[in-house]
Amino acid sequence: MNGSAIALLTVSIVLVWGGLGVSIAILARRPENDHMPEGGEDTRIPD
Amino acid sequence: MAEHPTEAAPPPPTHEKREHWSGQTAFILAAIGSAVGLGNIWRFPGQAYEHGGGAFMIPYLVALLTAGIPILFLEHAIGHRFRGSPPLAMKRVHRHAEGVGWLHVAICFVIGLYYTAILAWALSYFFFSFSLAYKDDPAGFFTSDYLQLGEAGTFSTSFVPKVIIPLVAMWAVTIVILALGLHKGVERLNIVGIPVLVATFLVIVVRALFLDGAADGLDALFTPDFAALKDPQVWIAAYGQIFFSLSLAYGIMITYASYRRRRSNLTAPGLVVAFGNSSFELLAGIGVFATLGFLAHREGVGVGELDGIAGPFLSFVTFPATIAEMPGGAFFGALFFASLVLAGLTSLVSVLQVVSAALQDKLGLKPRTAAVLVGGTSAVLSIVGFGTTTGLYLLDTVDNWSNQLGIVAGAITMIAAAVWLGRRGHELERHLAAVSTLRPGRAWLWLVSAVALLLIYMFVDKAVTLAIDGYGGYPTWYLVVFGWGTVVFLALVAFLMPFLKWRRDISRFHPWPSREQLNLPADVGERHTEDYDPRGRS
Repeated sequence: MNGSAIALLTVSIVLVWGGLGVSIAILARRPENDHMPEGGEDTRIPD
Repeated sequence: MAEHPTEAAPPPPTHEKREHWSGQTAFILAAIGSAVGLGNIWRFPGQAYEHGGGAFMIPYLVALLTAGIPILFLEHAIGHRFRGSPPLAMKRVHRHAEGVGWLHVAICFVIGLYYTAILAWALSYFFFSFSLAYKDDPAGFFTSDYLQLGEAGTFSTSFVPKVIIPLVAMWAVTIVILALGLHKGVERLNIVGIPVLVATFLVIVVRALFLDGAADGLDALFTPDFAALKDPQVWIAAYGQIFFSLSLAYGIMITYASYRRRRSNLTAPGLVVAFGNSSFELLAGIGVFATLGFLAHREGVGVGELDGIAGPFLSFVTFPATIAEMPGGAFFGALFFASLVLAGLTSLVSVLQVVSAALQDKLGLKPRTAAVLVGGTSAVLSIVGFGTTTGLYLLDTVDNWSNQLGIVAGAITMIAAAVWLGRRGHELERHLAAVSTLRPGRAWLWLVSAVALLLIYMFVDKAVTLAIDGYGGYPTWYLVVFGWGTVVFLALVAFLMPFLKWRRDISRFHPWPSREQLNLPADVGERHTEDYDPRGRS
């Protein structure tokens, strides 16, 4: 592979897969908002 | 303002019953399953190759951040706040916007008809791979032996049993999954299917990277042509790819978000879905071009000289030609086509779930009844249209018009109804902020409107091109009937379905959080001046 192709491949992988990793990390660290307004309880339908 | 209801009433103690995902992970996997489909495998690599190679990744990433993620958030917000299939959610957005939702439903109905046909081909090729039946002449095998292609620009009633049998099988599987309901059907399919799909594709990509000529293929895909960035068509292609790839404006994300519990985080899972889809797309691009590099190496030509590096011919002609040359080709051929079936099935189910959910909401049907009604009707139409010797041409035409015009129109009308005419932009932005861990901010609304302007340009440009130049060399009458006819069908559904009476009471709905909780005036049309702090400090 030529140098510019390797550079673009690397940058793409870092940004796209890195973006996925960071998104998952953000979600794992704080899965839900602890400051939601009151209410909003759901009624579950039995399977 | 008479167009909007006043929403001063506090949330009622109980809300209407609605099916729910079992949890956040189930929703994320289902949304990724919907987004990751055939387009990731055969559209992205071809688009990147044709539009600047590695340089395409720059507009692609810009499009992901400025259009893909903002529109994904918009659909999540609409579905989650107004809790319904697209027609119901859009009717709650604005009383005259139900037709926008039906436009989404009609698009999904049409896509389901031909998408299943492609899955049927992939299922057949899964079995063909064990004997490498396509080995001697992949192109002739696909068009003559398998599809038994008739004359282009005609409509045949000669059915092809080799296509119809797997087509019936795919419809049966799809109907069963839909009939099992959201939790036991759609959710379980994705919880099992997506990890299996990723693992299978990883095996294929790793194998492809060790083939002779793989580096040449990656060179072809990633060598940047920065001059291409000056071409507006390259940017339009990038925005189009993000748009089609993320399953935006089909109503799928509205429907899937409506099944989330009210007290659910929306934005961070949305980011996982968006980057997850692009991650798979990039993985597919690497695998496909490494494999194409191998084929070019065997044939002693450059990758750019190969025919069929995008679309169905990539999967059903070029890839089989490569597989036939590979050591262990039968095994990897079966893996590849199993991946296609799995990626396509999770997307197909999401598309039909939109139609099923809309009929459940409008007609008060149970999931099982709606699944059989939608699946049965679609199966018959699908077999009549795409199980014949001219099915490929019909598929090509209907796909082009429904994708290039229908979906873009679906997006424009959704944004216009929700943000411009419905004036729900701030409400949706505050809804996202109230329930999510990441606030979208006001820039989000500006981006959504800017995307709509770009989409209007894309729509007009495409419509004019199709009207003047035609498409695919097909005769004019054929394009009028099956191309423009598809658009007319979509418009008729959008116009007529709102006249049908709702079979259940939808008037007692109150969004949560209430407008009061979001620090907004009760009247939707009234200007608001107060800021909103989701932590409760206003």
